[in-house]
Amino acid sequence: MTARAPRRWQEARIARIAPLTPRIVQVELEAPIPAHRAGQHLDVRLTAPDGYQAQRSYSICSAPGAPRVALAIERLEDGEVSPYFHEVAEPGDTFEVRGPIGGHFVWREQDGGPLLLVAGGSGIAPLVAIARHRAATARGLPTLLVYSARTWDDLAFRDELIAMEADDPAFRIAITTTRGPKVREQDHERRLDRALTAELLAGWGGTPRHVYVCGSNGFVEAATAGLLALGVPPSHIRTERFGEAGT
Amino acid sequence: MATTRGFFGRRPDADTAKRLPPGQYLERGFPVLSAGPTPQVAPADWSFTLKVGPRAVKRWSWEEFGRLPQTEITRDIHCVTKWTKLDTRWRGVMIDDLLAAAGLEAPPTAFTLAHSFDGYTTNVPAADLLGGRAMVALAYDGKPIPPDHGGPARLLVPHLYFWKSAKWLSGLQFTERDEAGFWELRGYHMYGDPWREQRYTDDP
Repeated sequence: MTARAPRRWQEARIARIAPLTPRIVQVELEAPIPAHRAGQHLDVRLTAPDGYQAQRSYSICSAPGAPRVALAIERLEDGEVSPYFHEVAEPGDTFEVRGPIGGHFVWREQDGGPLLLVAGGSGIAPLVAIARHRAATARGLPTLLVYSARTWDDLAFRDELIAMEADDPAFRIAITTTRGPKVREQDHERRLDRALTAELLAGWGGTPRHVYVCGSNGFVEAATAGLLALGVPPSHIRTERFGEAGT
Repeated sequence: MATTRGFFGRRPDADTAKRLPPGQYLERGFPVLSAGPTPQVAPADWSFTLKVGPRAVKRWSWEEFGRLPQTEITRDIHCVTKWTKLDTRWRGVMIDDLLAAAGLEAPPTAFTLAHSFDGYTTNVPAADLLGGRAMVALAYDGKPIPPDHGGPARLLVPHLYFWKSAKWLSGLQFTERDEAGFWELRGYHMYGDPWREQRYTDDP
Protein backbone atom coordinates (compact mmCIF):
# COMPACT_ATOMS: atom_id res chain seq x y z
CA MET A 1 0.00 0.00 0.00
CA THR A 2 2.65 2.49 0.99
CA ALA A 3 3.85 4.32 -2.06
CA ARG A 4 7.12 6.17 -1.80
CA ALA A 5 6.55 9.24 -3.84
CA PRO A 6 9.71 10.52 -5.46
CA ARG A 7 11.39 12.99 -4.97
CA ARG A 8 13.50 14.82 -7.03
CA TRP A 9 13.03 16.96 -10.04
CA GLN A 10 14.65 15.37 -13.08
CA GLU A 11 15.37 16.78 -16.48
CA ALA A 12 13.04 15.50 -19.19
CA ARG A 13 13.74 15.87 -22.88
CA ILE A 14 10.94 15.90 -25.42
CA ALA A 15 11.48 13.04 -27.85
CA ARG A 16 8.33 13.51 -29.87
CA ILE A 17 5.29 15.72 -29.75
CA ALA A 18 2.20 15.15 -31.85
CA PRO A 19 -1.47 16.12 -31.84
CA LEU A 20 -3.97 13.50 -30.70
CA THR A 21 -7.00 15.71 -31.36
CA PRO A 22 -7.44 19.41 -32.22
CA ARG A 23 -7.14 20.17 -28.47
CA ILE A 24 -4.83 17.49 -27.08
CA VAL A 25 -1.16 16.80 -27.78
CA GLN A 26 0.87 13.80 -26.78
CA VAL A 27 4.32 14.61 -25.41
CA GLU A 28 6.76 11.70 -25.34
CA LEU A 29 9.65 12.09 -22.95
CA GLU A 30 13.11 10.78 -22.29
CA ALA A 31 13.36 11.09 -18.52
CA PRO A 32 15.16 9.14 -15.78
CA ILE A 33 12.10 8.40 -13.70
CA PRO A 34 11.15 5.12 -11.99
CA ALA A 35 8.64 2.74 -13.57
CA HIS A 36 5.07 3.98 -13.23
CA ARG A 37 1.78 2.24 -12.57
CA ALA A 38 -1.13 2.69 -14.95
CA GLY A 39 -3.18 5.69 -13.83
CA GLN A 40 -0.37 7.74 -12.24
CA HIS A 41 0.68 11.25 -13.15
CA LEU A 42 3.79 13.37 -13.39
CA ASP A 43 4.42 16.79 -11.98
CA VAL A 44 5.86 19.13 -14.59
CA ARG A 45 7.87 22.29 -13.88
CA LEU A 46 8.79 24.95 -16.42
CA THR A 47 11.34 27.68 -15.71
CA ALA A 48 11.34 31.15 -17.30
CA PRO A 49 14.59 33.05 -18.01
CA ASP A 50 14.25 35.11 -14.81
CA GLY A 51 13.83 32.01 -12.66
CA TYR A 52 10.04 32.15 -12.39
CA GLN A 53 8.62 28.64 -12.35
CA ALA A 54 5.21 27.10 -12.98
CA GLN A 55 4.11 23.60 -11.98
CA ARG A 56 1.25 21.44 -13.20
CA SER A 57 0.29 17.76 -13.02
CA TYR A 58 -0.44 15.65 -16.11
CA SER A 59 -1.58 12.05 -16.35
CA ILE A 60 0.69 9.50 -17.96
CA CYS A 61 -0.99 7.88 -20.98
CA SER A 62 1.77 5.43 -21.86
CA ALA A 63 1.58 1.89 -20.51
CA PRO A 64 3.98 0.75 -17.80
CA GLY A 65 7.03 -0.61 -19.57
CA ALA A 66 6.56 1.46 -22.72
CA PRO A 67 9.85 2.66 -24.21
CA ARG A 68 9.01 6.28 -23.39
CA VAL A 69 6.75 7.90 -20.86
CA ALA A 70 4.06 9.99 -22.55
CA LEU A 71 1.70 12.72 -21.34
CA ALA A 72 -1.55 13.80 -22.98
CA ILE A 73 -1.98 17.55 -22.52
CA GLU A 74 -5.16 19.42 -23.32
CA ARG A 75 -4.89 23.03 -24.33
CA LEU A 76 -6.85 25.10 -21.85
CA GLU A 77 -8.04 28.52 -22.92
CA ASP A 78 -6.31 31.12 -20.83
CA GLY A 79 -3.90 28.48 -19.55
CA GLU A 80 -0.37 29.30 -18.48
CA VAL A 81 1.38 25.97 -19.06
CA SER A 82 -0.68 23.96 -21.54
CA PRO A 83 -0.27 26.56 -24.36
CA TYR A 84 3.50 26.13 -24.07
CA PHE A 85 3.14 22.46 -25.03
CA HIS A 86 0.80 23.30 -27.90
CA GLU A 87 2.56 26.29 -29.39
CA VAL A 88 6.20 26.33 -28.32
CA ALA A 89 7.57 22.94 -27.32
CA GLU A 90 9.57 20.95 -29.85
CA PRO A 91 11.58 17.73 -29.79
CA GLY A 92 14.85 18.33 -27.97
CA ASP A 93 13.39 20.89 -25.56
CA THR A 94 13.84 20.20 -21.89
CA PHE A 95 11.93 20.90 -18.70
CA GLU A 96 11.65 19.18 -15.33
CA VAL A 97 9.46 16.34 -14.13
CA ARG A 98 8.84 14.70 -10.81
CA GLY A 99 7.10 11.40 -10.25
CA PRO A 100 5.41 9.12 -10.97
CA ILE A 101 2.83 10.25 -8.42
CA GLY A 102 -0.43 8.83 -7.13
CA GLY A 103 -1.23 5.72 -5.16
CA HIS A 104 -4.99 5.45 -5.53
CA PHE A 105 -6.12 5.96 -9.11
CA VAL A 106 -3.99 3.04 -10.32
CA TRP A 107 -4.72 -0.38 -11.76
CA ARG A 108 -2.36 -3.33 -11.66
CA GLU A 109 -2.70 -6.70 -13.32
CA GLN A 110 -3.28 -8.40 -9.97
CA ASP A 111 -6.25 -6.09 -9.28
CA GLY A 112 -8.23 -7.95 -11.95
CA GLY A 113 -11.80 -7.07 -12.86
CA PRO A 114 -14.37 -6.87 -14.30
CA LEU A 115 -13.13 -3.43 -15.09
CA LEU A 116 -15.19 -0.37 -15.95
CA LEU A 117 -13.37 2.69 -17.27
CA VAL A 118 -15.33 5.92 -17.73
CA ALA A 119 -13.64 8.82 -19.51
CA GLY A 120 -14.85 12.34 -20.19
CA GLY A 121 -12.75 14.26 -22.75
CA SER A 122 -9.07 14.41 -21.83
CA GLY A 123 -9.93 12.25 -18.82
CA ILE A 124 -9.05 9.41 -21.18
CA ALA A 125 -5.32 9.91 -20.47
CA PRO A 126 -4.89 7.77 -17.32
CA LEU A 127 -7.55 5.35 -18.57
CA VAL A 128 -5.78 4.65 -21.85
CA ALA A 129 -2.71 3.76 -19.77
CA ILE A 130 -4.90 1.29 -17.87
CA ALA A 131 -6.45 -0.07 -21.10
CA ARG A 132 -3.00 -0.52 -22.62
CA HIS A 133 -1.67 -2.21 -19.50
CA ARG A 134 -4.69 -4.52 -19.46
CA ALA A 135 -4.17 -5.37 -23.16
CA ALA A 136 -0.55 -6.25 -22.42
CA THR A 137 -1.08 -8.23 -19.24
CA ALA A 138 -4.72 -9.27 -18.86
CA ARG A 139 -6.19 -10.01 -22.27
CA GLY A 140 -9.61 -11.59 -21.80
CA LEU A 141 -10.39 -9.61 -18.63
CA PRO A 142 -13.99 -8.34 -19.00
CA THR A 143 -13.66 -4.60 -19.51
CA LEU A 144 -15.96 -1.82 -20.64
CA LEU A 145 -14.62 1.59 -21.59
CA VAL A 146 -17.27 4.30 -21.71
CA TYR A 147 -15.80 7.28 -23.52
CA SER A 148 -17.56 10.62 -23.88
CA ALA A 149 -16.21 13.53 -25.93
CA ARG A 150 -17.62 16.47 -27.83
CA THR A 151 -17.20 15.01 -31.30
CA TRP A 152 -15.74 11.98 -33.06
CA ASP A 153 -12.54 13.95 -33.77
CA ASP A 154 -12.18 14.86 -30.09
CA LEU A 155 -11.74 11.21 -29.14
CA ALA A 156 -8.02 10.86 -28.37
CA PHE A 157 -6.59 7.36 -28.94
CA ARG A 158 -9.84 6.49 -30.75
CA ASP A 159 -8.46 4.24 -33.47
CA GLU A 160 -6.17 2.41 -31.08
CA LEU A 161 -9.02 1.74 -28.67
CA ILE A 162 -11.34 0.56 -31.41
CA ALA A 163 -8.60 -1.76 -32.65
CA MET A 164 -8.20 -3.03 -29.09
CA GLU A 165 -11.89 -3.95 -29.12
CA ALA A 166 -11.56 -5.75 -32.46
CA ASP A 167 -8.59 -7.68 -31.12
CA ASP A 168 -10.13 -8.86 -27.82
CA PRO A 169 -13.84 -9.67 -27.47
CA ALA A 170 -13.60 -9.13 -23.71
CA PHE A 171 -12.74 -5.46 -24.27
CA ARG A 172 -15.70 -3.28 -25.22
CA ILE A 173 -15.78 0.41 -25.93
CA ALA A 174 -18.97 2.49 -25.82
CA ILE A 175 -18.58 5.94 -27.32
CA THR A 176 -20.87 8.88 -26.82
CA THR A 177 -20.46 12.26 -28.52
CA THR A 178 -22.22 15.28 -27.04
CA ARG A 179 -21.80 17.85 -29.83
CA GLY A 180 -21.47 15.80 -32.97
CA PRO A 181 -22.88 12.76 -34.74
CA LYS A 182 -21.91 9.23 -33.96
CA VAL A 183 -20.02 7.23 -36.57
CA ARG A 184 -20.50 3.66 -35.41
CA GLU A 185 -24.06 2.38 -35.30
CA GLN A 186 -23.74 1.10 -31.73
CA ASP A 187 -22.57 4.41 -30.26
CA HIS A 188 -24.51 7.29 -28.71
CA GLU A 189 -25.03 11.02 -29.12
CA ARG A 190 -25.93 12.28 -25.68
CA ARG A 191 -24.50 13.21 -22.33
CA LEU A 192 -23.63 10.38 -20.02
CA ASP A 193 -26.57 10.60 -17.66
CA ARG A 194 -28.13 8.04 -15.38
CA ALA A 195 -30.28 6.50 -18.12
CA LEU A 196 -27.39 6.07 -20.54
CA THR A 197 -25.18 4.63 -17.81
CA ALA A 198 -27.89 2.08 -17.01
CA GLU A 199 -28.32 1.22 -20.69
CA LEU A 200 -24.59 0.76 -21.25
CA LEU A 201 -24.11 -1.42 -18.20
CA ALA A 202 -27.11 -3.55 -19.07
CA GLY A 203 -25.78 -3.97 -22.62
CA TRP A 204 -22.40 -4.96 -21.29
CA GLY A 205 -23.83 -7.45 -18.82
CA GLY A 206 -20.88 -7.19 -16.47
CA THR A 207 -20.82 -6.22 -12.81
CA PRO A 208 -17.81 -4.02 -12.35
CA ARG A 209 -15.41 -4.82 -9.54
CA HIS A 210 -13.13 -1.88 -10.22
CA VAL A 211 -14.40 1.40 -11.64
CA TYR A 212 -12.19 4.30 -12.70
CA VAL A 213 -13.87 7.56 -13.65
CA CYS A 214 -11.88 10.51 -14.96
CA GLY A 215 -13.07 13.81 -16.38
CA SER A 216 -14.33 17.22 -15.36
CA ASN A 217 -16.03 17.43 -11.99
CA GLY A 218 -19.45 17.75 -13.60
CA PHE A 219 -18.84 14.68 -15.74
CA VAL A 220 -17.56 12.64 -12.79
CA GLU A 221 -20.48 13.68 -10.59
CA ALA A 222 -22.99 12.63 -13.27
CA ALA A 223 -21.26 9.35 -14.07
CA THR A 224 -20.80 8.32 -10.44
CA ALA A 225 -24.37 9.27 -9.50
CA GLY A 226 -25.58 6.90 -12.23
CA LEU A 227 -23.33 4.10 -11.04
CA LEU A 228 -24.37 4.51 -7.40
CA ALA A 229 -28.04 4.46 -8.44
CA LEU A 230 -27.38 1.13 -10.15
CA GLY A 231 -26.02 -0.28 -6.91
CA VAL A 232 -22.30 -0.14 -7.64
CA PRO A 233 -20.72 0.14 -4.17
CA PRO A 234 -18.94 3.47 -3.66
CA SER A 235 -15.85 1.62 -2.45
CA HIS A 236 -15.47 0.13 -5.95
CA ILE A 237 -15.31 3.54 -7.60
CA ARG A 238 -12.15 5.61 -7.93
CA THR A 239 -12.40 9.09 -9.34
CA GLU A 240 -10.02 11.66 -10.69
CA ARG A 241 -11.40 15.07 -11.50
CA PHE A 242 -10.02 18.12 -13.11
CA GLY A 243 -11.23 21.30 -11.64
CA GLU A 244 -13.79 23.55 -13.19
CA ALA A 245 -11.25 26.20 -14.04
CA GLY A 246 -7.77 24.70 -13.84
CA THR A 247 -5.08 25.81 -16.23
CA MET B 1 18.10 25.62 -12.90
CA ALA B 2 18.12 25.50 -16.68
CA THR B 3 15.41 27.55 -18.26
CA THR B 4 12.72 26.06 -20.46
CA ARG B 5 13.21 27.41 -23.99
CA GLY B 6 10.34 29.64 -24.99
CA PHE B 7 8.56 29.63 -21.63
CA PHE B 8 7.93 32.98 -20.04
CA GLY B 9 5.00 32.28 -17.75
CA ARG B 10 2.32 34.53 -16.45
CA ARG B 11 3.30 36.16 -13.21
CA PRO B 12 0.76 37.12 -10.62
CA ASP B 13 0.88 40.68 -9.28
CA ALA B 14 3.26 41.30 -6.39
CA ASP B 15 0.60 41.19 -3.68
CA THR B 16 -0.77 37.90 -4.97
CA ALA B 17 2.71 36.45 -5.43
CA LYS B 18 3.43 36.94 -1.71
CA ARG B 19 0.41 34.81 -0.88
CA LEU B 20 1.27 31.94 -3.23
CA PRO B 21 3.34 29.17 -1.64
CA PRO B 22 6.13 27.70 -3.83
CA GLY B 23 4.87 25.84 -6.88
CA GLN B 24 1.30 27.13 -6.54
CA TYR B 25 -0.73 29.16 -9.02
CA LEU B 26 -3.70 31.42 -8.49
CA GLU B 27 -7.10 29.84 -9.08
CA ARG B 28 -10.28 31.88 -9.25
CA GLY B 29 -12.72 28.98 -9.51
CA PHE B 30 -13.07 26.30 -6.87
CA PRO B 31 -11.95 22.97 -8.33
CA VAL B 32 -13.23 19.71 -6.85
CA LEU B 33 -10.81 16.88 -6.12
CA SER B 34 -12.02 13.63 -4.58
CA ALA B 35 -10.78 10.07 -4.54
CA GLY B 36 -14.25 8.60 -4.94
CA PRO B 37 -17.90 9.43 -5.52
CA THR B 38 -19.59 12.18 -3.54
CA PRO B 39 -21.51 10.74 -0.57
CA GLN B 40 -24.92 12.26 0.08
CA VAL B 41 -25.25 12.73 3.81
CA ALA B 42 -28.68 13.86 4.97
CA PRO B 43 -28.89 15.90 8.20
CA ALA B 44 -30.91 13.10 9.85
CA ASP B 45 -28.04 10.68 9.15
CA TRP B 46 -25.34 13.12 10.18
CA SER B 47 -23.51 13.02 13.46
CA PHE B 48 -20.13 14.09 14.72
CA THR B 49 -18.15 11.96 17.14
CA LEU B 50 -15.18 13.08 19.19
CA LYS B 51 -12.96 10.18 20.23
CA VAL B 52 -9.93 9.75 22.42
CA GLY B 53 -8.24 6.63 21.11
CA PRO B 54 -11.01 4.07 20.59
CA ARG B 55 -13.32 5.73 23.12
CA ALA B 56 -16.09 8.11 22.04
CA VAL B 57 -16.19 11.01 24.49
CA LYS B 58 -18.89 13.12 22.82
CA ARG B 59 -21.35 12.80 20.00
CA TRP B 60 -23.50 15.53 18.46
CA SER B 61 -26.48 15.26 16.15
CA TRP B 62 -26.83 17.80 13.31
CA GLU B 63 -29.23 19.84 15.42
CA GLU B 64 -27.01 19.75 18.49
CA PHE B 65 -23.95 20.65 16.46
CA GLY B 66 -25.75 23.64 15.00
CA ARG B 67 -26.18 25.05 18.49
CA LEU B 68 -22.42 25.22 19.13
CA PRO B 69 -20.82 28.67 18.86
CA GLN B 70 -19.91 29.52 15.28
CA THR B 71 -17.17 31.70 13.91
CA GLU B 72 -16.57 33.18 10.48
CA ILE B 73 -13.07 33.19 9.03
CA THR B 74 -11.54 34.18 5.69
CA ARG B 75 -8.44 32.26 4.60
CA ASP B 76 -6.33 31.35 1.60
CA ILE B 77 -6.44 27.64 0.70
CA HIS B 78 -3.77 25.60 -1.05
CA CYS B 79 -4.39 22.33 -2.91
CA VAL B 80 -1.49 19.92 -3.44
CA THR B 81 -2.56 19.74 -7.11
CA LYS B 82 -1.00 23.21 -7.34
CA TRP B 83 -3.86 25.68 -7.11
CA THR B 84 -4.30 28.33 -4.44
CA LYS B 85 -7.53 30.21 -3.88
CA LEU B 86 -7.43 33.46 -1.94
CA ASP B 87 -9.85 34.86 0.61
CA THR B 88 -12.24 31.94 0.96
CA ARG B 89 -14.92 32.64 3.52
CA TRP B 90 -16.10 29.93 5.89
CA ARG B 91 -18.35 29.66 8.92
CA GLY B 92 -18.27 26.87 11.42
CA VAL B 93 -17.28 25.64 14.84
CA MET B 94 -13.67 26.30 15.83
CA ILE B 95 -11.96 23.18 17.16
CA ASP B 96 -11.13 25.20 20.30
CA ASP B 97 -14.86 25.64 20.91
CA LEU B 98 -15.55 22.01 20.06
CA LEU B 99 -13.11 20.80 22.72
CA ALA B 100 -14.53 23.23 25.25
CA ALA B 101 -18.04 21.96 24.52
CA ALA B 102 -16.78 18.41 25.11
CA GLY B 103 -15.30 19.48 28.44
CA LEU B 104 -11.70 19.06 27.32
CA GLU B 105 -9.44 21.85 28.54
CA ALA B 106 -6.42 20.64 26.61
CA PRO B 107 -5.99 18.15 23.78
CA PRO B 108 -5.75 14.69 25.36
CA THR B 109 -3.03 13.56 22.91
CA ALA B 110 -0.66 15.25 20.48
CA PHE B 111 -2.16 13.87 17.27
CA THR B 112 -5.51 13.51 15.60
CA LEU B 113 -7.07 11.56 12.80
CA ALA B 114 -10.06 13.10 11.02
CA HIS B 115 -12.71 10.64 9.83
CA SER B 116 -15.22 11.06 7.01
CA PHE B 117 -18.49 9.42 6.04
CA ASP B 118 -16.89 7.82 2.97
CA GLY B 119 -14.14 6.17 5.02
CA TYR B 120 -11.56 8.86 4.23
CA THR B 121 -9.07 9.73 6.95
CA THR B 122 -6.30 12.27 7.37
CA ASN B 123 -3.91 13.06 10.21
CA VAL B 124 -3.29 16.48 11.72
CA PRO B 125 -1.25 17.29 14.84
CA ALA B 126 -3.55 18.47 17.62
CA ALA B 127 -1.65 21.76 17.94
CA ASP B 128 -2.52 22.60 14.33
CA LEU B 129 -6.22 22.41 15.11
CA LEU B 130 -6.12 24.80 18.05
CA GLY B 131 -5.55 28.49 18.63
CA GLY B 132 -8.05 29.57 16.00
CA ARG B 133 -6.33 27.67 13.21
CA ALA B 134 -9.02 25.11 12.32
CA MET B 135 -12.76 24.57 12.33
CA VAL B 136 -15.52 22.19 11.41
CA ALA B 137 -16.91 24.28 8.55
CA LEU B 138 -20.67 24.30 7.95
CA ALA B 139 -20.93 27.12 5.40
CA TYR B 140 -18.85 28.39 2.51
CA ASP B 141 -19.30 31.88 1.13
CA GLY B 142 -22.46 32.36 3.15
CA LYS B 143 -24.20 29.20 2.02
CA PRO B 144 -24.31 25.55 3.10
CA ILE B 145 -21.27 23.71 1.72
CA PRO B 146 -22.26 21.88 -1.50
CA PRO B 147 -21.88 18.09 -1.32
CA ASP B 148 -19.01 17.96 -3.83
CA HIS B 149 -17.09 20.45 -1.69
CA GLY B 150 -17.58 18.33 1.41
CA GLY B 151 -20.95 19.32 2.80
CA PRO B 152 -22.74 19.12 5.16
CA ALA B 153 -19.54 19.62 7.19
CA ARG B 154 -15.86 19.54 6.39
CA LEU B 155 -12.73 20.04 8.39
CA LEU B 156 -10.94 23.28 7.56
CA VAL B 157 -7.21 23.49 8.30
CA PRO B 158 -6.27 26.16 5.80
CA HIS B 159 -2.59 26.47 6.71
CA LEU B 160 -1.96 22.89 5.51
CA TYR B 161 -2.51 21.46 2.02
CA PHE B 162 -6.21 21.09 1.45
CA TRP B 163 -6.35 17.28 1.51
CA LYS B 164 -5.99 17.72 5.29
CA SER B 165 -9.33 19.58 5.30
CA ALA B 166 -11.34 16.36 5.19
CA LYS B 167 -14.68 16.52 3.36
CA TRP B 168 -17.87 14.88 4.71
CA LEU B 169 -16.42 14.96 8.20
CA SER B 170 -17.92 12.50 10.67
CA GLY B 171 -15.54 12.80 13.56
CA LEU B 172 -12.21 13.61 15.08
CA GLN B 173 -10.09 11.08 16.94
CA PHE B 174 -7.21 11.91 19.24
CA THR B 175 -4.39 9.41 18.78
CA GLU B 176 -1.24 8.67 20.75
CA ARG B 177 0.85 8.37 17.61
CA ASP B 178 0.89 10.25 14.33
CA GLU B 179 -1.11 7.76 12.24
CA ALA B 180 -1.09 8.11 8.47
CA GLY B 181 -4.46 8.67 6.80
CA PHE B 182 -5.73 7.90 3.30
CA TRP B 183 -3.40 10.02 1.17
CA GLU B 184 -0.56 9.82 3.66
CA LEU B 185 -0.55 6.05 3.03
CA ARG B 186 -0.54 6.70 -0.70
CA GLY B 187 2.54 8.80 -1.17
CA TYR B 188 1.58 12.15 0.34
CA HIS B 189 3.33 13.99 3.15
CA MET B 190 2.52 13.33 6.81
CA TYR B 191 2.30 17.04 7.66
CA GLY B 192 1.74 18.95 4.40
CA ASP B 193 2.91 22.53 4.95
CA PRO B 194 2.44 24.39 1.64
CA TRP B 195 5.09 26.99 2.51
CA ARG B 196 7.68 24.23 2.87
CA GLU B 197 6.21 22.48 -0.18
CA GLN B 198 5.64 19.23 1.71
CA ARG B 199 3.65 17.51 -1.02
CA TYR B 200 4.98 13.96 -1.08
CA THR B 201 6.25 11.40 1.41
CA ASP B 202 9.94 12.13 1.10
CA ASP B 203 9.74 15.90 0.87
CA PRO B 204 11.76 17.49 3.68
